[in-house]
Amino acid sequence: MNFSHSEEQQMLRDSIAKFVQNDYDFDSRCSIVASEQGFSAEHWALFAELGWLMVPFTEADGGLGGSAVDLTLVMEELGRGIVVEPYLANTVLAGGAISLAGDAAQKETLLGEIMAGSHQFALAYAEPNNRYSLDDIKTQAKQAGQQYTLTGTKAVVINGQAADKFIVSAKLNDGVSLFLVESEAAVKSSYRTIDGARAADVSFTDAPAQLLGAEGQGLQALQQTINRAIIAVCAEAVGAMSVALEKTVEYSKTRVQFGVPISKFQALQHRMADMFVEQQQAKSIVMMAAMACDSGQGVAKAVAAAKSRVGKAARLIGQEAVQIHGGIGVTDELDLGHYFKRLTAIELMFGGTDYHTQKFASAS
Amino acid sequence: MDIDFSPEELAFQLEAREFLKTKLPANIANKVKKGLHMVKDDFVTWQKILAEKGWAAVNWPVEHGGTGWTSTEKYIWSDECAAAGAPDVVSFGMKMVAPVIYSYGNEEQKQRFLPDILNSNVWWCQGYSEPNAGSDLASLKTTAVQDGDDYIINGTKTWTTMGHFADWVFCLVRTGAADAKNQSSISFVLVDMKTPGITVSPIYLLDEQREVNEVHFDNVRVPIANRIGEENKGWTYAKVLLTHERTGIARVSWSKQALLSVKAKASQVSESGESLMDNAIFANKVAELEIDLLALEYTELRTLAAVSTGKAPGPESSILKIKGSEIAQMIDELKMEVAANYSLPFIPEQFSEDFDGTYIGPEGAANTAPLYFNHRKTTIYGGSNEVQKNIICKAVLGL
Repeated sequence: MNFSHSEEQQMLRDSIAKFVQNDYDFDSRCSIVASEQGFSAEHWALFAELGWLMVPFTEADGGLGGSAVDLTLVMEELGRGIVVEPYLANTVLAGGAISLAGDAAQKETLLGEIMAGSHQFALAYAEPNNRYSLDDIKTQAKQAGQQYTLTGTKAVVINGQAADKFIVSAKLNDGVSLFLVESEAAVKSSYRTIDGARAADVSFTDAPAQLLGAEGQGLQALQQTINRAIIAVCAEAVGAMSVALEKTVEYSKTRVQFGVPISKFQALQHRMADMFVEQQQAKSIVMMAAMACDSGQGVAKAVAAAKSRVGKAARLIGQEAVQIHGGIGVTDELDLGHYFKRLTAIELMFGGTDYHTQKFASAS
Repeated sequence: MDIDFSPEELAFQLEAREFLKTKLPANIANKVKKGLHMVKDDFVTWQKILAEKGWAAVNWPVEHGGTGWTSTEKYIWSDECAAAGAPDVVSFGMKMVAPVIYSYGNEEQKQRFLPDILNSNVWWCQGYSEPNAGSDLASLKTTAVQDGDDYIINGTKTWTTMGHFADWVFCLVRTGAADAKNQSSISFVLVDMKTPGITVSPIYLLDEQREVNEVHFDNVRVPIANRIGEENKGWTYAKVLLTHERTGIARVSWSKQALLSVKAKASQVSESGESLMDNAIFANKVAELEIDLLALEYTELRTLAAVSTGKAPGPESSILKIKGSEIAQMIDELKMEVAANYSLPFIPEQFSEDFDGTYIGPEGAANTAPLYFNHRKTTIYGGSNEVQKNIICKAVLGL
């Protein structure tokens, strides 16, 4: 075991931290969230230029190595800034599925577009009538010669509103396969999400589709992709909860009631200590899960453990941060509440805490 | 002690149910049940219907227009209202300022203010908290300085719920030098919101709705005749008001309905063929909440029974605030869990009555997280739960 980061990893982390520090203050984020597109094209171009969009991909795919540990470094820093640019949707979700399921030509073209930041991608896998199951789906693929068409509806597709290209899961001959569908062939209902990001419900009616890789490989690729996405959002949550804790500690030292800063009250001190313990436990388990993912051993169980444990920490820290702030904590004008919102969203996506506790119990 | 309703109580239950069935406007009940955004007119319309029936002021003494109901009747009424989807009676006039006016106001004040509250002709809001006086309410700095027959009020009040609808505000103001305990130089004053010098600015909460406000007082001239009771005794009156506020705050009836709705929705969603209600962990969480709510229900009934025999609600009412808010917040968490992926969309416009776009997700799902965010306020307002625990420590446990 080795818990230290390489020089390259440290540089990567520092460069993102610097971006968040210098270019992503809360007011700038608010403007981005309120903009028509919902993220900054300028920032996106910068992410591409600095190579951040290449981090989750292997060198064989043209990326920077693709380790889960590297990914957690990126995500934790993005989490500190509650960055809304669709990093997860493009690189981890759509990109992950393409790298696992696509053939060589598809990978070269599509991953090239993702890493260059030239196109927006989204992974459409959840459906209105299922919860977190990846194979209990109704979207159906039909084959006519070399051509495929898709019919079905996908729910809460993150970055769906901006996506030029969708990676879509569908049933084909009883198995799950993944397809590439251009956005012109999709009907989108776009909306904001609770964390300031954007998503869409997307429906397809006999939409022309390109099979990604070979038939029937979709489920396994999806499972692995979602596992990595879970590690990514858990790392992001660790970053967001660190800031929520820092802001709470800071606020408690400046807020005076009953003639003293409220930080002097032991009842509150212990609760902030609990928040710290939770944050550290979350950080540890994310590290464990990322290393398990890179080793390929016991990944499913490690991922379930991370999502369960981080979800618990995210809820406690989010709620306590708001409570200790008091009234100002529930206002939209303070940044803290937006950390709470993102932590809540992370806890809810890809299955909640109890869902993953049960997965952990049943995983081998 | 008897857990069953008497024949008279059963008859009252039927009467209440029939009244709600025939008199509660369907569009208002629909909004309440679906969690759609309410407008001022919805509340006023309903409260005027109640006033016509003589059922608007549940807790008032009969001589001022109260119902004279027993605690059991109040309990029955609250349950029937929640089940029918009746909106809450807005508390500021009916449950907060009115008890102070009929307990401590003079005859003229009672006659001037109570009928308009009873008939919902005047909308009240609360001027208690200030930017630097929250949990430590007694440190408030808004001043009222005497000038002839008037007070001149300066300062800022905050978290003024529905202050943008209000015609009048009841305020705690400082009318003397602050002493060590801060509490003895506070007066309770009623202010017409149309008085020159008052400005109301919105504060948006995490669900992006305008619900609370800051109210600024810039040399606002108010007749001293608008003061309730004695000068510098306002803190005593305010404390009484706060215990009244706390008894209504448990919201047991509403939590019961919310849990029923959670169970109904959870049995309609499934994962790989298993309904969520059949999932042992989820079912266990629901059961634990139901049990805690049942205990709270009987805690509330005990408190109400004590009040009806003439006692003012005591510090025990803090239990109602603490448990009521915590249980309601945990129900919000379950609602998000039921909504799963559809807890993520944020589409406030979808929850206004005249929305005509494409509805996203199952009914109400996209409102679960915004309500969860909004309801975090309930453990903060009305005296934060931390303050309630301090009250229990001091006033009950003698620590």
